[in-house]
Amino acid sequence: MAKAPKGKKTKTKSPAEDQDFVLHSLQEALEKKRRFDASEEQLLHFYEQMLLIRRFEERAGQLYGLGLIGGFCHLYIGQEAVAVGLQSALTEGLDSVITGYRDHGHMLAYGIDPKVIMAELTGREAGISKGKGGSMHMFSTEHKFYGGHGIVGAQVSLGGGLALAHQYNDDGGLCLAYFGDGAANQGQVYETMNMAALWKLPIVFVVENNQYAMGTAVGRSSAETEFYRRGTAFRIPGMDVNGMDVLEVRQAAEIAFAHVREGKGPVLMECNTYRYRGHSMSDPAKYRTREEVQDVREHKDPIEGLKKLLLEQGKSEDDLKAIDKDIRKIVSEAADFAENSPEPEPGELYTDVLVEEY
Amino acid sequence: MAIELKMPALSPTMEEGTLAKWLKQEGDEIVAGDIIAEIETDKATMEFEAVDEGTLGKILVEEGTEGVKVGTVIAMLAGEGEDASAIEAPAASNEIEDVPGEGKDVGREPSEAEITKPKARTDVRDPEVPEGTSFTATSVREALRDGMAEEMRRDDRVFVMGEEVAEYQGAYKVTQGLLDEFGPKRVIDTPITEYGFAGIGTGAAMGGLRPIVEFMTFNFAMQAIDHIINSAAKTNYMSGGQMRCPVVFRGPNGAASRVAAQHSQNFGPWYASVPGLIVIAPYDSADAKGLMKAAIRSEDPVVFLENELVYGRSFDVPDMDDYVLPIGKARIMREGSDVTIVAYSIAVGLALEAADELAGEGINAEVIDLRTLRPLDKEAVLASLAKTNRLVIAEEGWPTCSIASEIIAICMEDGFDHLDAPVTRVCDEDVPLPYAANLEKLALIDTPRIVDAVKKVCYRD
Repeated sequence: MAKAPKGKKTKTKSPAEDQDFVLHSLQEALEKKRRFDASEEQLLHFYEQMLLIRRFEERAGQLYGLGLIGGFCHLYIGQEAVAVGLQSALTEGLDSVITGYRDHGHMLAYGIDPKVIMAELTGREAGISKGKGGSMHMFSTEHKFYGGHGIVGAQVSLGGGLALAHQYNDDGGLCLAYFGDGAANQGQVYETMNMAALWKLPIVFVVENNQYAMGTAVGRSSAETEFYRRGTAFRIPGMDVNGMDVLEVRQAAEIAFAHVREGKGPVLMECNTYRYRGHSMSDPAKYRTREEVQDVREHKDPIEGLKKLLLEQGKSEDDLKAIDKDIRKIVSEAADFAENSPEPEPGELYTDVLVEEY
Repeated sequence: MAIELKMPALSPTMEEGTLAKWLKQEGDEIVAGDIIAEIETDKATMEFEAVDEGTLGKILVEEGTEGVKVGTVIAMLAGEGEDASAIEAPAASNEIEDVPGEGKDVGREPSEAEITKPKARTDVRDPEVPEGTSFTATSVREALRDGMAEEMRRDDRVFVMGEEVAEYQGAYKVTQGLLDEFGPKRVIDTPITEYGFAGIGTGAAMGGLRPIVEFMTFNFAMQAIDHIINSAAKTNYMSGGQMRCPVVFRGPNGAASRVAAQHSQNFGPWYASVPGLIVIAPYDSADAKGLMKAAIRSEDPVVFLENELVYGRSFDVPDMDDYVLPIGKARIMREGSDVTIVAYSIAVGLALEAADELAGEGINAEVIDLRTLRPLDKEAVLASLAKTNRLVIAEEGWPTCSIASEIIAICMEDGFDHLDAPVTRVCDEDVPLPYAANLEKLALIDTPRIVDAVKKVCYRD
């Protein structure tokens, strides 16, 4: 179950007295102002993007059920606010993003054409990886999206390398490296945090805590379940964010990115969220109750939350329905495209193994 | 338009299942996310979730039905404005069409396009060393450093990272002087954290830099092998050629001296088995320099295997401005006509010694240095075999699943008609390397063993 955001910590010392102040300063900034002041246009954009991810993933689940998508397929349903909130704050064409295998949402949040993503899921020539990568291995160097990695935690040190490249080139960019609460227990994550802090790399580590590492609840796998605290050993400031609220995620992104861009080194952000579906398509999710899932859906859903806000701000049900209709159309077109594109030529079997000829 | 609800596949291998229970009944309103039914597979009971909205029309498969094939229409869903009770079951039979996941080339016309494996280039060879070129005796250690330094001068994106590479000047002094010339931005000391810094180096390559990642020895690279193989080697393929990873992983490999089992192992065969990697293992100084430069310039990830025992040996290096060697090309170290000895890295030295000794006994051995283990220069091996009809492989490493095994397979598959004797391998003994001096000596390949093997294939023993 998604954790409620932590209460305000009692501060006993002034920042000047407290040498560890920096470790808490970002969280304090967030607690002063939790939600981003989005314009109407931005709110609608967030809504559309989250809805696109939701509908896309539902359709992906359906295509999986029809045998059109094979292997592993990890859906992002429930976690939409995290990718949308964070990536909307990035500088396009400058900052880089890397994530694990639950990557469809991050690509969609980039505005990458849903058609080529869906066609990759169905293993077609028109897929973004020419059908060779599949659900877990998608990349768009054009958008500085570096995957899409299937080995739990590997993307974190690779992200450290992307951050090193930003620093090396002095281009002012940062790397956003996502990983789950499961990956948060991998050793290389901490190896990377150590070096990132040591070298003040421009990287934001984002733990998408969806409460379950495959079938293991965080409390059964993690001695410290408050993941945002785990950077403390490396003097990396942590932020505890409600990942079910796109405006809070966006606000946290503003604070974290500013810190990193000032050359102050990495930030560790925990976004508390929830995955509605199983870990992958073949997970019956028997490790939690239906009521638990239903409770999050009814009370914390990121899309419903934003919808409520939009209605309060004067949008009509019809306006939102029209958006939903448009999104369904986009997703249907993507699915049709993915279903009707040809599979790769057999001749592609041996291409792209190496770049050069020897 | 009514929507057909089909029996879903809930795992990659599911072909049929039991429709255990309907949780919605005919006439029920359904919104996306509702659980419509429970389906049992051989592994678990799964929930069947609605994607579309509407009213549940006809239920076509009753609950409790076993053996429902994936893709069977199990119910109809009426969309907005449709009368659910009026929906008929689809006229079509329940026959299941082929699904694309079965690899049947769906949607594409049958094509004659052949699957062609990449052919080795035949238009590349070592650069001509012009007549009158002077040579400088250079240690392998210095040659490697010179190769790196030249490339760092040439390309700002090239940098070195690893344990003790900067202030300490390299655990084996291979990076000596680089910090002074290039500064700490480009010569980076890392903590002892191989998995992490191999990942950072690999990520930096993805981000457009040209990292040289030094492992103090390749024994420690086992902690990082995931990044070498899963992150570096596979990226270009998995991304359909979109994302390159031009990183060089380098360091000493193979047995050193008296450091026992955990610090003495040849990983050449491990890396050489991985598509997507280039694996280089030079022997002398000129090759070390020329191939190091080529490795750094390559757009592909390179594993560059050096040898601690060879670092201090001195060989002539041509005094040329830009001495870059081709990757994937073996080198004939000594021409001969009676037998071929194929070797790489430190074993080349042993093979040359053996050849000298054999010459005294009237056996004229050709010695081939593979230099690159992947892609392996099959043509060079087979051409020499065609000439000598006898072949021995000398490898400082375990015999099982070795480069030697691979060379034997190549000779059997493509050189069988040229063989006058069984291809024979001379490797280390098949044991973890012992510490005791006498046992270590017993375990490692040496010149007498190569001499014996050559005599055997020449039927001279």
